[in-house]
Parts: sequence; structure tokens; C-alpha cells
Amino acid sequence: MTTRAGLLILWLLLALFLLFPFYYALVSSFTPGSDIFNARYWPASPTLANYQAVMTGQPFGRNILNSVLVASLVVVLSLGLGVLAAYALGRVRFAGRRLLLYTILGVSMFPQVAVLAGLFEIVRLFGLYDSLLALVFSNMILTLPFTVWVLTAFMRELPVEIEEAAIMDGATPWVLVTRIFLPLMGPAMVATGLLAFIAAWNEFLFALSFTLSNTQRTVPVAIALITGASQYELPWGNIMAASAIVTVPLIGLVLVFQRRLVAGLTAGAVKG
Amino acid sequence: MTARNRRQSAWIFLAPMLIVLSLVAAWPLARTLFYSTTNATLIDMADYDFVGLGNYLGYSNGRWYGLLTDPQWLLALRNTLFFAFVSVAIETVLGVAIALLVNARLPGRGLMRAAMLVPWAIPTVVSAKMWAWMLNDQFGIVNDMLLRGGIVEAPLAWLGSAGLAMASMIAVDVWKATPFVAMLVLAALQTLPRDCYEAAQVDGIAPAKLFFRVTLPLIRPVLTVAVIFRLLDAMRMFDLAYVMTGTNDATMTLSVHARQQLVDFQDVGYGSTVSTTLFFMIVLVTALYVAALKPLGRNP
Repeated sequence: MTTRAGLLILWLLLALFLLFPFYYALVSSFTPGSDIFNARYWPASPTLANYQAVMTGQPFGRNILNSVLVASLVVVLSLGLGVLAAYALGRVRFAGRRLLLYTILGVSMFPQVAVLAGLFEIVRLFGLYDSLLALVFSNMILTLPFTVWVLTAFMRELPVEIEEAAIMDGATPWVLVTRIFLPLMGPAMVATGLLAFIAAWNEFLFALSFTLSNTQRTVPVAIALITGASQYELPWGNIMAASAIVTVPLIGLVLVFQRRLVAGLTAGAVKG
Repeated sequence: MTARNRRQSAWIFLAPMLIVLSLVAAWPLARTLFYSTTNATLIDMADYDFVGLGNYLGYSNGRWYGLLTDPQWLLALRNTLFFAFVSVAIETVLGVAIALLVNARLPGRGLMRAAMLVPWAIPTVVSAKMWAWMLNDQFGIVNDMLLRGGIVEAPLAWLGSAGLAMASMIAVDVWKATPFVAMLVLAALQTLPRDCYEAAQVDGIAPAKLFFRVTLPLIRPVLTVAVIFRLLDAMRMFDLAYVMTGTNDATMTLSVHARQQLVDFQDVGYGSTVSTTLFFMIVLVTALYVAALKPLGRNP
């Protein structure tokens, strides 16, 4: 059948379009410095030299650790605050609930530069400039609104009978949230937690503006600021090696949690 | 537990989240609006004079001044709108096409869905660097392909010339965001009633007609949400422009312009004014979003 063959060709072209840039980054990362300026479609003589250079030439290990610390703390805080708020917003009827939900949704639309000056002020006031805590704090504006929104959507879907039974047994709201709802929210927490992790891991503007020293930088800033001997001689091999180091684990995570992630994403967009 | 107790405890559960959001969102936003009426600098933000609306538009000695007359701001505004509308238009059309393609039952469908997540999962800074390398004028693989294919005679300066730099930036955004649109549309496609399509097949209705008469109206709510999501993201775009071309005139967006004024030039007053205008543009599109969301009736 010709239509089927045509579809398959389109299919392959799509796969090429989606994957080639990353494939080429990997090829470049394994290409020795002398050879990198001859466009290579596969690594002719693969080497780990670029990886060694990026790990020893700068505090890149430290940058990775910074990113892991910031992103993990952001996830824990967002989920903790988010699940408490989601209980109130998803299970309790009170005046102003809808307005509050829409306001939270509105916050997730804020352009980051619109809060930059005010955050700068707070960061300085608390002496957090050039520290990871400044990034944990400022990243909350990116992760908290959608965490609350998606968890509220999931919380609403849980059957009301469970809650009624627990209340009959004299459970306080705290017990209700931590003992009854939390275990049931597992899949939703994994999906939103992962989305929050990715958001914090990739965040660039705050990290660029609130840190100064090499050792306080997170991965995106470190990669953006890798420079060579001059502005015109960027060490592309090193940049691609650094890119591969921080992207491979992320792609792995995303593929492992593929189904839940897509469910979370579509819940975020379709339900909210 | 009475309803009143329940409501009281609800506010206690909300309080931590509300405190954090007011600290990272409400208060800083209020400060930005406030600073846009001052001449504050980053060196000492507490030392400022009020300039009224002079940062936006003012008149003195027979000349208009302020942001609305600033060619740099107008350029950033034009770049931002051009980038947002062109990239989102391409992403929408391509996203629907890809979703339809991936929805077809072909071998390796699961793998293709996984592949679609790859561009989305790669950090924007990394995407920007990857593409900047691929588009390198002397050693880039894109020029190599074009030269080998005989499509161009001499290598193109993708990021060096104004028009091509904007086109490159749009291309990278399309590469990164189209799979996101496609994923949302795909999720919507899979909820469509199958009998409708079987009936259409029996009646011998042309696929194009079927798409425009049946599929498109049914996926329109999801598509609207996806488009507005993308539009909001594209309008506040910072990382891609900053990493690919720096603070270059050809690709400077409002976010890059605002940060340049605020951090690089230390001009908090004027930088806040740029941020405020971007904020109100976003508010406008968000209002459209909320209006589009209502008929969906699926919001919590």
C-alpha cells in the first residue's frame, strides 16, 4: 500500500527531526578537539577527553550538585505546600474558592522579569544573594502554582466516601490529609513532582541574576557561560559534553515516567 | 466536624502556600509596578525619586520621551510579537499534523511517543547551545548538509544576520515546543468517539472533509488551551534569545530587554517599566485564556 509507505517515510522523517539534534550533540561530545571542526555524522575516533575537560576545567561537579539540591528542595517544598492547599481547594467548599484558584493560575502566567526587581530586593534583604537558597525561594513562583492546580484537580477526583468514613471515625483534617489522601495521591505527586523538578532544573533567568560566583551556579548558567580563549573560540566539544551530562539523566527520568508525566501535563492543560 | 470547622481548617491549610506566593509573586509584582514610577538604580534601590509616568511617556522641552518613544523598546516589542505569533502558528499546524500522524496505527508507535518527549525534556539552555553549534556559520552541520545537497553555494551566517537569526530562533522553538502541542492534541484525539469515524468511512467521506468537519471542532477546546499556553510562553521567552544570540538587536525580546536594563544597566526604574508593559500584555492573553477555559467546564 502506497499510503502506508508514505506514512512510514513521514514517520521516519519525524523521528529524525525530533532526535537528530541530540544525536549530533552526543557525536560532537565524543569527537576529539582537533576533529570537531570537520562536520561528523558519527564519531570517527570517539574519546572522553571533552568530558574530562568539562569536569576538571571548572567546578561542573559542584554545579550539578547545586542543581540537584535546588531542584530537590523546590520539589519537596512545592509538593508539601501544594498538597495541603489542594486539600482545602479540592475538598472544602468555602467562599472565594474559585477566585483563589484563578488567581493561582494567573500567577503561573507571570513573566519572570515582572518579579525580578522585587525578588532582587527580598533576596538582598535576607542576605541570600549569590546563594542557592535565593534560587530555591525564587523558583517557587514557577512550580507552586501548577503544583497546587494539578494536585487540586486530582484531589477532587478521589471518592467522597473515604473522607466521610474517616470523619465519622473522628479523623482531624491533618490526619485526613496525611494518612488518607497522601497515599492515594502517589501517582499525581510523582507526576507533578517530576514536572517541578524539571522546571527548577532548567530555570535560567533567576539563576543567572541571583548568583555570581562559579561555585554557586546551577547547570544551565554554567553551560551558558562556558567560554573559550576568546569569544570566537567557544569549546564546542566541552559544551556538548556538559549538555549530554545534564540531559541524559533527565531524558531517562522522563522516559521512565512517560505515562504519568503525560497524564500530569494533560491534566495541567486540559483540566486547568 | 462541622462545616464551619472545616472551613477554618481549610484556611490553615492554605496559609503556608498563600504566604509563599505573596512573597514570591504578589509583593515583587507590586514592587515592580512601584519602581516603574521611579528612577531607582540597582546599586541602592532605596535611593530614588518619583518620576510619575515619565518612564512610560513624558514631554519636556518640546520633545516626547519615555519607553513608548524608545526605538529599542519598540524593536523588542516587535521582535517579541513576531516571534510569538510566527512560532506559535507553525507549532499549532505542525503539532496537529504530527498528532494525526502519530495517531495512525503504525509499528513503533510507543517509541515515537517517547521520542516526542525528548525535545521537551532537554533544558532550553542546552537546546539553544545544541542548535547554536549546529547552526555555526563555519563548522555547523546545517551548513554542511545544505552545501552537500547543493542547496546553498556558500555557508550561511545563521546567527550573524538579522533575518536569519530570528528565523533560527523560531526554528529552535518550533523544534522544542511542537511535540508539546502534539502531545496535548494526541491526548484529545484518543478521546474521540470511534463510531463516528467508522460511519464516515462507510459513507465514503473524504479524509480532509472529515478532519475539518468532525475532528477539528472536537479537538478545538484542547487546541485553544495549547495555543494560549504556547503564546504565553513565547511572549515571555528569555533563555533561547539570551543564550543563542545574547542581547543582539535582531532577536532581543521584551524579557531580554527588561533584564538588560535592570541588571546590566542597573536601571531598576526603566527596567521595571519594560517588565510592567510585558506583564500587562500577558494579562491580556491570560484573560483570553480564562475566557477560552470556561466553555470547557472541566476546571476544578
